Amino acid sequence: MSTTTTSFGREAAAALARSKNEPDWLVAVREEAAELAARLELPKPEKMPIQRWPLDRIGEYRPGAAVADAGRLPAAIAGQLPEKPDGAVIVQHNSSVIYTQVPPEWTAQGVVVCSLEEAVRTQEERVRAHLMTAYAREEHRLAALHAALWNGGVYVYVPRNAELTAPIQALLYADDPEATFAPHVLVIADANSRVTVLEHASSGLAGEGAGLVHNGAVEVFAKSGAHVRYAAVHHMDAGTVDVVYRRAVCDADARVEWIVGELQGGNALTDTKTILKGGGSASDTKVIAVGTGSQRESLTTQAVHIGRASESTMVTRAVMTEEATAIINGVTKIEKGATKANGQQAEKVLMLSPKARGDANPILLIDEDDVKAGHAASVGQINAEQVYYLMSRGIARAEAERLIVHGFLEPVVSEIPLESLREQLRRILERKLG
Amino acid sequence: MSALFEIRGLRAAVEGKEILQGLNLRIGGGEVHAIMGPNGTGKSTLASSIMGHPKYEVTAGEVELDGRNVLEMEVDERARAGLFLAMQYPSEIPGVTNADFLRSAINARRGEGNEISLIRFIRQMEAKMKELDMNPEFMHRYLNEGFSGGEKKRNEILQMMMLEPKLVILDEIDSGLDIDALKIVAAGVNAMRSPERSFLVITHYQRLLNYVKPDYVHVMMQGRIVKSGGPELAERLEAEGYDWVKEELGIVDETVGQA
Repeated sequence: MSTTTTSFGREAAAALARSKNEPDWLVAVREEAAELAARLELPKPEKMPIQRWPLDRIGEYRPGAAVADAGRLPAAIAGQLPEKPDGAVIVQHNSSVIYTQVPPEWTAQGVVVCSLEEAVRTQEERVRAHLMTAYAREEHRLAALHAALWNGGVYVYVPRNAELTAPIQALLYADDPEATFAPHVLVIADANSRVTVLEHASSGLAGEGAGLVHNGAVEVFAKSGAHVRYAAVHHMDAGTVDVVYRRAVCDADARVEWIVGELQGGNALTDTKTILKGGGSASDTKVIAVGTGSQRESLTTQAVHIGRASESTMVTRAVMTEEATAIINGVTKIEKGATKANGQQAEKVLMLSPKARGDANPILLIDEDDVKAGHAASVGQINAEQVYYLMSRGIARAEAERLIVHGFLEPVVSEIPLESLREQLRRILERKLG
Repeated sequence: MSALFEIRGLRAAVEGKEILQGLNLRIGGGEVHAIMGPNGTGKSTLASSIMGHPKYEVTAGEVELDGRNVLEMEVDERARAGLFLAMQYPSEIPGVTNADFLRSAINARRGEGNEISLIRFIRQMEAKMKELDMNPEFMHRYLNEGFSGGEKKRNEILQMMMLEPKLVILDEIDSGLDIDALKIVAAGVNAMRSPERSFLVITHYQRLLNYVKPDYVHVMMQGRIVKSGGPELAERLEAEGYDWVKEELGIVDETVGQA
């Protein structure tokens, strides 16, 4: 059992930042954030009391051992990578990034993929202009703590008009329960560029995960006409807590796609929000979740329409088993002036046991008349007619139910843009759903 | 010759209301039997009770296929024993492709270690879809999701052709089909006729029986078979309706279990 650190103040933040040779501006930011963290309240997710989650547990800065080639990565991490990955690969192990590989032709084009810790020195101007601007440290205590503590991290810059056909794979992995595990992913896609990021967060803490907190954040900036596809699969072990705030800001005609698998074994608090700032911008958010054991999950998707004729779709599908509880929130906000905006959302929860709970809360907040908005929500059990139909063709009950449950999640699974990640996701689903 | 399929004294209830009131029927190998009757006389209840729909409770009687008691089996066991019901309202199963579903169904009856090879399965499915004039894309569509009424019926027949059952029950397979689709569906059924396979065709109308010639025709009223005959009985019903049957048997209200 590790020591619980509940006091993390200005001095501790500054000392940690200095020990990592961070630039003065960042040291100052971290000091302020640590102060804020002491003052601010925890977020208050709808119908999900999180006060007793060990969210104030900080851990220590425990960098992983950097490696020069993929062959030397720890086996648990190497096993998650395709044998010959196309595109770029970046790996965070506990508190630091230990491996980065970027195709030389990308670098020649001006593409940057590196740890955020490196980028604060080498890409200072762009990082300062964007970091923690979509996810403000003032939002709540967890945001302030993240700003004070984030480590390792991923920085992606895609120059104007660059179209990256291969993905950037970011592996975030923790196996030290004492480590501070707080990666921040910052993606800046310049005008008319195209990029796909696949993020995979997991842990090797089976049986000893008690209390490890992943306090993560993702910020995506899609400049005018840029298309960003961000797929994330999270399957941290039981006993860990996974907190992720994902934010995207779309300029005119930009498009952001989120494809998220919330397959954690422990409690989870995630919030995936796109701000459609520019006219004609669009977002598409697809989330699946599977809850087992006595997990508690608060899963929120949000779209904020500011630009005219901006469009958003959000779909969340959750399967809850055993005694798991999920609160699924969908918030579509259309600001005054966002004429011709169109926001659609749907949340569906399938409950596989009498003690499982699911709650779907669709919320539309509309301050403009000339718009379209819609929502659909359903919470229910496996349809007995569907089971009967499959059984009437000779399929045994357990297999019929398995087909129906996997089918329920398939519309999101099939959208995962990389075959190897899709197959990995299906394996995780098989394991979680039995 | 012993019957392939036999129903004796079958009684069944839905939500506490008894619908089938002691129904008897013997079907020999290779025979086609038609069951006709007005709405509300228990025809679909018969089909669902034989298949084992959870809402239908069998309260008395026996149903045997090849001498085996069907009523003691789970729904999936009945199917693997050789029963097939082409449903009036097939379920939609989102996220499960037609091909994955059918392969699971075929493998369920072949058993572990004896699964059909993917190539062979695809070839078979493509060939049968062609016979039914189905667009090949239906192979990868989610099962019945967004299918029109006619497409669903064709998909039921496709499943029948792939699963090669011993006793096929067609429940109102003709409803919602235009004449061209009806001919295709009927051709599919006729192609499956063989001395080892029997059919129970449930229908309102004579129309289907012009294309699928029955050996025997039964009239159902009040949850029982009240009259049986040859194909000429269907023709007379088509021409004259059901009133003469009611008159002959002294039946005033032919329906059963109606509120």
